[in-house]
Amino acid sequence: MDMILIPVVNMTPILPEIFLSVLAMVLLLINVFSPSGKKSRLAYISFVGIVATAVLVGAGWGCHIESFSGSVVLDNFATFFKMIFLVSAALAVLISDQYMEREGCNHGELYPMILFTVVGMMLMASGTDLMTIFLGLEVMSVSLYVLAGFNRANRKSNEAGLKYFLLGAFSTGFLLYGMALIYGATGTTRIYKIAGILGQMTLPSSNIMLVAGMLLMLTGFLFKIAAAPFHMWTPDVYEGAPTPMTAFMSAGPKAAGFAAALRILLVAMPTLQIEWSQLLWIIAVLTMTVGNITALRQDNIKRMLAYSSIAHAGYCLVGFAAGNSTGTAGILFYMLSYAFMNIGAFAIVILLAKKGETNGDVKDFAGLGFKHPVLAVAMTVFLFSLAGMPPTAGFVGKFYLFSGAIQKGYIWLAIIGVLNSAASVYYYLRVTVYMYMKDSTEEFDWVQVTGPVALALIIAVAGSLIPGIVPSFILQFAQNAVRLI
Amino acid sequence: MSNILSLTTFLPILGVLLLLFIPKESKGVLRNVTLAVTVVTFLVSLLIISGFQTNAEFQFVENRPWIAAGPFIMHYNIGIDGISLWLVILTTFIMPISVLSTYTAVEEKVKEYMICLLLLETGMLGAFISLDLFLFYIFWEVMLIPMYFMIGIWGGKNKIYAAVKFFIYTMVGSLLMLVALVFLYFKGIQAGITDFSLLHFFSLKLDMATQIWLFLAFAFAFAIKVPMFPLHTWLPDAHTEAPTAGSVILAAVLLKMGTYGYVRFAMPLFPDAAHKFAPLIATLAVIGIIYAALVAMVQEDVKKLVAYSSVAHLGFVMLGVFAFNVEGITGGMLQMLNHGVSTGALFLIVGFIYERRHTRLITDFGGLSKQMPIFATVFMIVTFSSVGLPGTNGFVGEFLILIGAFESELRWWTVVATSGVILSAVYMLWVFQRVMFGELDNPKNQKLTDLNAREIAIMVPIIILIFVMGLYPKPIIDKMDPAIKKLVAQVRPASFAVRSAPAAIPAAPVALPAGHSEAQMPVGQPGAAPMPAGHSEAPPAAPTAKTH
Repeated sequence: MDMILIPVVNMTPILPEIFLSVLAMVLLLINVFSPSGKKSRLAYISFVGIVATAVLVGAGWGCHIESFSGSVVLDNFATFFKMIFLVSAALAVLISDQYMEREGCNHGELYPMILFTVVGMMLMASGTDLMTIFLGLEVMSVSLYVLAGFNRANRKSNEAGLKYFLLGAFSTGFLLYGMALIYGATGTTRIYKIAGILGQMTLPSSNIMLVAGMLLMLTGFLFKIAAAPFHMWTPDVYEGAPTPMTAFMSAGPKAAGFAAALRILLVAMPTLQIEWSQLLWIIAVLTMTVGNITALRQDNIKRMLAYSSIAHAGYCLVGFAAGNSTGTAGILFYMLSYAFMNIGAFAIVILLAKKGETNGDVKDFAGLGFKHPVLAVAMTVFLFSLAGMPPTAGFVGKFYLFSGAIQKGYIWLAIIGVLNSAASVYYYLRVTVYMYMKDSTEEFDWVQVTGPVALALIIAVAGSLIPGIVPSFILQFAQNAVRLI
Repeated sequence: MSNILSLTTFLPILGVLLLLFIPKESKGVLRNVTLAVTVVTFLVSLLIISGFQTNAEFQFVENRPWIAAGPFIMHYNIGIDGISLWLVILTTFIMPISVLSTYTAVEEKVKEYMICLLLLETGMLGAFISLDLFLFYIFWEVMLIPMYFMIGIWGGKNKIYAAVKFFIYTMVGSLLMLVALVFLYFKGIQAGITDFSLLHFFSLKLDMATQIWLFLAFAFAFAIKVPMFPLHTWLPDAHTEAPTAGSVILAAVLLKMGTYGYVRFAMPLFPDAAHKFAPLIATLAVIGIIYAALVAMVQEDVKKLVAYSSVAHLGFVMLGVFAFNVEGITGGMLQMLNHGVSTGALFLIVGFIYERRHTRLITDFGGLSKQMPIFATVFMIVTFSSVGLPGTNGFVGEFLILIGAFESELRWWTVVATSGVILSAVYMLWVFQRVMFGELDNPKNQKLTDLNAREIAIMVPIIILIFVMGLYPKPIIDKMDPAIKKLVAQVRPASFAVRSAPAAIPAAPVALPAGHSEAQMPVGQPGAAPMPAGHSEAPPAAPTAKTH
């Protein structure tokens, strides 16, 4: 038990987490002293805080520091994912204020909760001990349950919160049970030590306790990233939750699930790759197909985006199943792009909706293209990026994900992937059809683009478009990030 | 001068930036600026012709690093040879004409329309000049977006159906091609190729099974775009619903992407597979020629008739290209240009009368020649060109195709295809007769006005081209000749074996479906199988050269 004797703990790796936690608590205090109706200031402070954290995180690029006796690490992999979380949180904060004001639930606790979620996600990305990862996951999940049910006067939002909590708790059980079994099989929860022990096993796949542990743990993560057949909670939760939180949930926490699962499987269990890779092959196909087929039938854009987010997790699973640097770097790139394009699309949905989240059907977008050309062009960029058309970030991301599969020899997986992608084009196009090709007498006079939302849209358009035209920069970061784990 | 290709390609994008600052109410300014941009682009592209050296090399090459991450290295690598040169010129030539044709046809959302046109031009030019496979794919896909909006926003009654069908059809094909592209890249890496440069892949030797799968994926994507029977069903919809300028560009340039794709990519990259599938492709091409001609004959809508005639014409192009000899490919290339000019012109003509009468039904017309003599003359010349009357451009292309194909293994296909020439005369002359001659008994037609100055200005350059290309095509052929000879050499190796074993040819179409489903099986011997039965002149090294 030498670890207890280590006298000095290097706090550097968790500085961003500490900073955000302190900021969140200060915000809670500020909230108490700000009268209702003046909660916007909290949004501004959170946004500035997130940007500051991003600077802090960015400064850690290139470092490799292990701390807390190897249960937390600061490496490029963690840094890249932390950036994804911060991007999605920043965009979510920017689009929240206007929405929450309209829906009459602009309670100040929203912003601290978002920040706590980010802290949890960051721990998941940098945790190198199953326990750290679990703690991060719980911090994230508990905050998310609150965020999903945040519009407490709205029954659907209540339902979303409760449903998410019940199913989430259930899946956490799986995860914890899996971790326990792995501890039983290897005697440690440190990821790097597990890797060493598995490396010495002659035939790890014959160790039933180990394999069962891996499967149960994987189930827990697949639940978090809403992969089929563990996706059942997604549509209801995503539909019921306040729209900015739906946008946030579909980008950040999903990325966090991938971060933790990638680190555990790639670092600790490369010797079991044949097993988990085949499993993920099947799950990727299921997830893409289920997500796309159900999204095809949706008339409500929020639901459509919710179902399609299942499909997007499926595309990332393609890269995961490949398990090589092309595919995994593709996941990093894609999750970052997805944060931009998906939250951007949700931002437009928020702008067009009226109080009580009405006016969210595809047909309500009719005529937008020529009444609000800028909003419509932005939406078109997001939709084409989601559909994976060049020259957008969505295309480059998918290109790397599917290329990973091809490199690995999973040609059929790539083919199923691109066909799914083609099917998804249909429902994304449908929105553009309504925006540009259907006439409507609607004047959209209630649509108001406030400063923060405009900023969010500019960031999101830039983030969906620029990495599509000159992707090298971010792709190299992503490659760098996966090389070191 | 060294950046002239980039300049030509991205001038329209600069035009888009310009248009953004013009208020959408000033339609006249928007139109004139767009026209000016396309004319300048055309003039700049003329410099390309004057600077073009008549040899087989790629010229005006620009090669800059673009993406380098993970296993992939992509370059902004562009250049043209004799094959792409004329397609670039065709594109820049057609654009000002299309823009002019919209002056009265498009009254709503002019700004957006012009932006779409210019974006489309950049997309098309980019696809023709790309020498990097990834770059080509980007342009190939980007082209879809403005065309989709053009059909969907400014189209006819069923515009949405047509636009979505167009988009999804093309998308499915291209995505499968993308998978093949990546697969090819990884094959290249194993052979020491480190980027997506097309020229590097020309030297890549692939085994037959790989070639077959990759060729199928590429061929499928291109066949949709051509379009070849039975993948042509999006075309009549798209053409009928698209606004005139959209139809013109679609017919004149976009369809050429498909045939160009075969010539530039599918054939030289996978020559053995291309030979193997030549009978199948020729069969589909011939079916397309006959079937489309028959369908065209019974159309009531002039625009649909022209659309089907496109399918037939491109069938000829495919037949010529898959003859694998200089005559056939030259004919195919010429016919691509001819089809661009004359079918583009036909769509313009349909546009003229549609603008006047708001109908395209043949039965609504009759005796127009009395009322519109200039229009009648123009229509007649274009009809002759489309039919392939000697003296017009259509003749040279079709003639070369038929000669080339007749001399190749596709002799019997050619015999059948020749009847398509007659059929095309039947439907084109028949529609001309019904529209232009007869009694001018419909009172609405009696009030029709003849072509105005703008419309004549649109048609004059086309008519000049029709005769120039028909009477003196030598300058055009001369410039493309070295590139075509090089292409023929590139795709030659296995054709030697096949040609020396005529006995094996009739069996080929029968054997094909089997090869289709069990691509692994015949891999070992495709080139070798006919050899023992064949003649001894066949150099034994030739067919096997590509199989390692």
